[in-house]
Parts: sequence; structure tokens; C-alpha cells
Amino acid sequence: MNIHEFQAKELIRQYQVATPDGRVATDAEDARQITKAYGGQSVVKAQIHAGGRGKGGGVKFATDPDKAAELFKQLLGMNLVTKQTGPEGRRVFTVFISNPVDIERELYLALLVDRATSRITIMASTEGGVDIEEVAEKTPEKITRVAIDPAVGMTAFQAREVAFALGLEGDAFKKSVVFLQNLYRLFVEKDCSMVEVNPLVITKTGDVTALDAKMGFDDNALFRHPDILAFRDLNEEAPEEIEASKFNLNFIKLDGTIGCMVNGAGLAMGTMDIIKYHGGSPANFLDVGGSATEDAVKNAFRIILQDKAVKGVMVNIFGGIMRCDIVAGGIVKAAKEIGITVPVVVRLEGTNVEEGKRILAESGLNLIVADGINDAAEKIVAATK
Amino acid sequence: MAVLVGNHTKLIVQGITGREGLFHAKGCRDYGTKVVGGVTPGKGGTEIEGFPVFNTVKEAVAKTGANATMIFVPPGGAADAILEALDAGIALIVCITEGIPVLDMMKVKRVLPDYPGSRLIGPNCPGVITPGQAKIGIMPGRIHLAGNVGVVSRSGTLTYEAVGQLTALGIGQSTCIGIGGDPINGTSHIDALELFNSDPDTHAVIMIGEIGGSAEEEAAAWVKANMKKPVVAFIAGQTAPPGRRMGHAGAIISGGHGTAAEKMKALEAAGITVVQSPADMGSAMAKRLQAKA
Repeated sequence: MNIHEFQAKELIRQYQVATPDGRVATDAEDARQITKAYGGQSVVKAQIHAGGRGKGGGVKFATDPDKAAELFKQLLGMNLVTKQTGPEGRRVFTVFISNPVDIERELYLALLVDRATSRITIMASTEGGVDIEEVAEKTPEKITRVAIDPAVGMTAFQAREVAFALGLEGDAFKKSVVFLQNLYRLFVEKDCSMVEVNPLVITKTGDVTALDAKMGFDDNALFRHPDILAFRDLNEEAPEEIEASKFNLNFIKLDGTIGCMVNGAGLAMGTMDIIKYHGGSPANFLDVGGSATEDAVKNAFRIILQDKAVKGVMVNIFGGIMRCDIVAGGIVKAAKEIGITVPVVVRLEGTNVEEGKRILAESGLNLIVADGINDAAEKIVAATK
Repeated sequence: MAVLVGNHTKLIVQGITGREGLFHAKGCRDYGTKVVGGVTPGKGGTEIEGFPVFNTVKEAVAKTGANATMIFVPPGGAADAILEALDAGIALIVCITEGIPVLDMMKVKRVLPDYPGSRLIGPNCPGVITPGQAKIGIMPGRIHLAGNVGVVSRSGTLTYEAVGQLTALGIGQSTCIGIGGDPINGTSHIDALELFNSDPDTHAVIMIGEIGGSAEEEAAAWVKANMKKPVVAFIAGQTAPPGRRMGHAGAIISGGHGTAAEKMKALEAAGITVVQSPADMGSAMAKRLQAKA
């Protein structure tokens, strides 16, 4: 789960990690008042879950309080398109007003879970405020990586190693060591998956401060962090994905025409692949999981069919934990309660397959039964041509 | 004699009094696995469906001589359950639990080398089966056939798909290992390939990977340098859009790295037969076996 910049900053302040003063403005007048309180100037920042906001026109400098009010009105409700949002962009629901700082240097800092080393890794670079992926590609030597031993935690020498690599000295050096250690403590205590501070700024007065902050959290650990879960912003999630999550369905909308209902993430991806292989295009990724009920299967159908682009549905179940009779029962329920008007190809295999096939055959529904994954893909592609 | 599990396996189930734990403890017993008991803290001394229940893994080992464990403990306590099994000296630890926090697994991974006598499979995996002998896990036993093809996979249901195709063609399996879809796991593709490479009963291997990470690329390099047996591979997620999480925490592609295309190229360069369609895993293996014979 990702959170907004203003939420990330609230969190890092709790861990004594320095960041400029800032507040969410409730309206244009509030933006004006906050800017006044900051001495007449401010940075007005659109809050969406995507990077590249500056270049996309979502971050503006207000030279006076009136300008801040004007910028607030301009940003609120706008559709912000950045490199990371895709062409459809994201609507701005929240605007954050930040106290400007005098920037001496802009650096890059990130902490993330590195699956290659199975450790939390610090990535730091003197090239801050720019596209770090470009730095990684063109000048990888400018990125310092330090892997943290989970049993020991971040040691002082490792924090110093990063600070030296960033070319810091004096006060800024000392402050950055504390900054890093506090940030690491936050990372571990809150089960982060990624924290990115870009840019990390050294001010003209020698302060070390997080000008921006992006944070992602491990979904699997949210059960032990109600405070983080409270930061969830449903505006940032696709409505059909929120709907699916209510039934423990893992659903991602794609732009094709063949709806997919599959058990298991790997087989779900494999089903998308084989549809494409036969010349079709998947309308979604959907993993019903191992313990779905008839009701969940019915709702899976409902969510798939909400997409008007869907011309047919391929059901591909290889039951291990998931029982075929439950899937069959769910399909019958969906047909009766919501109606199915597009061709449906069903491939069932595995646990209780005979019972599942019997339920489908006795239902009198007009389903296309397939024998194997290839047959199913061929039939659904043919039926939707 | 295949690898990891077999007639020598004496299995306990951690979390045996839970719904899933008990269901699959019975499933393993029905398949022929020697299930010697289970562990649920606080329920030691009782019995459930004929399985003796113990408070700790150590006690279960002392009383039953168990050498393997299957973990169904819920995500919040699953990493601790793995640590307990390691501490008790269990040789084969299969963790089925899905949804373990990654920082918990990071700690487990950190201490694994301190227990060279133990191997962890998973988490978030279907388990391990040696057809005709024993299974530790949640896979449907009846789709399997004893034979000489090893299967290793990050995905549960895709493993069933591969096994189903092999069995339909009359090609049996030596051992099928589900290594799990999580970003941090105990046994890698390479570990499994190493086991199969030195197992006389395994003549060829099907490897099933997914987008994300670099495990398949590393496995390709290992195969090129070491593997003496034919390998057929499929990578799921060729059509997945970048940057999206496809169910398994592992299945994320970012910034063009870990894409299916990259992985398939690396595998082909290592002499592995890479199939584009998941429906062709079995037939591609049949061809490789014919060419060998």
C-alpha cells in the first residue's frame, strides 16, 4: 500500500526525521493563510500516488499568499498526468502547502527491501532531484548501496558510510547520520517496503531535510499497523479493484476483451498469456484464491461483466484447495442472479471435478465446456471474434 | 528415490488443530505420508482425528522422531513457527502459509545458514510431492504419476497444470517442488535444480517461473554451467503490464527488469526449451525425452 507525501511526512516527523513545515490546505483561503504564516511564500503540491509530479505540473511555487490561493484552485480537482500515472492521469483531491527552504544541495536517498540480497538496502546518490532510474542506467557508480543486516540493524558506521558517499561534512554530516538511523527505525517498525526521499536536501544553514517523501508498505504486514491502514486512500484505487478486495478476490483491470476467472496467480498470468498466444486479449487478471465461496465466485463474475468491453469469459480452474463444485455453484448462481449474456468457456480440473461438471451440466446453462487450458483458450478466442 | 520426501518422511503439522491444517494433515495421510502428529501450543496432550498433538515442535520430535514439518500457522506467527522448527532440528520444513510479512521472512532467511541440516521450502507454496510415496502439501495427489521428471515452480496451480499435462502423456514425475511465490523464500530454483541434477531418479526437469526478480536469470546461468539433464521452462506473465502486482508478492516487474521476455531469452541462451504457451509444457518435455532416448 502506498501513502501520500503529506501522510509520509506526518509519519517521519514522529520519528524525528527532519522535513520542512507543511500542511494540507482545506480551501483557497486556508492556502493563503498557511502561506502567510510561512512568511509569504510557499510550495503548493498536488497529492497523488505517483512520482514525476513536478514535471507534470503538480508542484508550483507561490511567490505570495494570493498566488498560493490561486494555485490551490488550479491544482485541486485537476487531472494530473505524469510519467508514472499513464496517459489517463490521476485526479487531485488533496493539496499540500509546504514551507520553502533555501537549497544548497539536492541528494537522493532510498531504503527498500532488496529481494536479491534478502536485506533492507540503502541507496544514496549525490544526484538528487532527478530521475534516479536514469542515473542508475547511465552512471551506476554514482549510486551507493549499503545492505543492512536484519539481525544487527543499521550500524553507525553504515550511516557514516552513506554520509561520506554523499560528500557531507560538519553539521550536515552529523545530522544526516541521525536522519538515516531514524528513518531505518521507522522502516522496520512500520513494515515499509520502500521509502524514497528525493530530493534529500542540505539547506544553506546546514540542515538535512526531506523535501519529498514517498512510502510504500508491505500489504502482508498491515494487520499489525492500524495507524498505517488508516492512511489508505480509496480515491487512488480503481473502484472495481476495491470492490473485488471485499470478496478477497485479486483483480486487476486490463484493456482487452476476454474476461478471465482463474485460481492462483501463476495460472491466472498463464491464462492471460495463452489467450494472447491464440490472438485474443485479456480484459483482466483475476485470482479467486484457494478458499473462495460460491458467493465470491458469483461476485467475480459480476465484477468481470461490469466492464462493457468484455465479449466473453474464460473460467480456468485447476483445483487444489479450491474445489470445482464450489466454482460451478458460483457460476450457476451468477447466471441466475445477474444473468450472463456473453459466451462463457469453462475448464475445470482437479479437486471434485466430477461434481463440478455435473452441477454445470444439470444447470441447463449454455456454457462452452473445454478440455484443457489450450482448448479453453482456443474456444474463447473463437467465440469472441 | 527422488528428492526431499519419500517413504522415509515422518511428518508433523504445525497448526494441526486449525481448519486448513487438519484438512491437509488428513489429505497427506490419505496419500500415504506418515503423519506422526501435530503441534498447537496449549493443546498438547490431546488427540485430533488420530493425530497426537504436542505443545512444542521439540516435544513432537522427541516423542515421534519427526523429520519433516508442514506449517499452516497464520501469517502473523508463521515466521516464528519456521524458527521453532529450525531450533528443533527438523530437516525439511515446508511452509504453506501465504501472506507472511516480508521483514519477518528476512529474519528467517538471515538465520537459515546457521542450520545447515535443515531446508525450508516456501513460504506461500503448495508443498512437495514424490508421487506414489509421500506428499507434504496441498496439491491434489491423484493428478500425479510416479516417474522421472522433476518439476520446480513458483506457482501452485501452474505446477498442477504441468503435472496434469505430463500425467496425461504418461510421463511420471520424480518429485514436484513448489518453492513459492514470495520475494524471500527458503529454497530457490537453483537449489531445486541442484537436487534434481544429482538425483539418479530424475532424468529431466520442468521449471516454471514468473515475472519479477532475477531468480530465473540466475537459474539460467547455473543450468548453463552445471546442468546435465534437459530442462523445459515456462515463464508466466508475458502479458502482464509493468509495475503491477499480480497476486504473488514476487510477481512485479519494475523498470523493464524481470520481464518475461528477458527471462525467456536468458533461459533459451542456456539451452533450455522455453515454451510460449503454458499448454505446451508437457509436449515439449515429451520431445526432449525422445531426443535423449
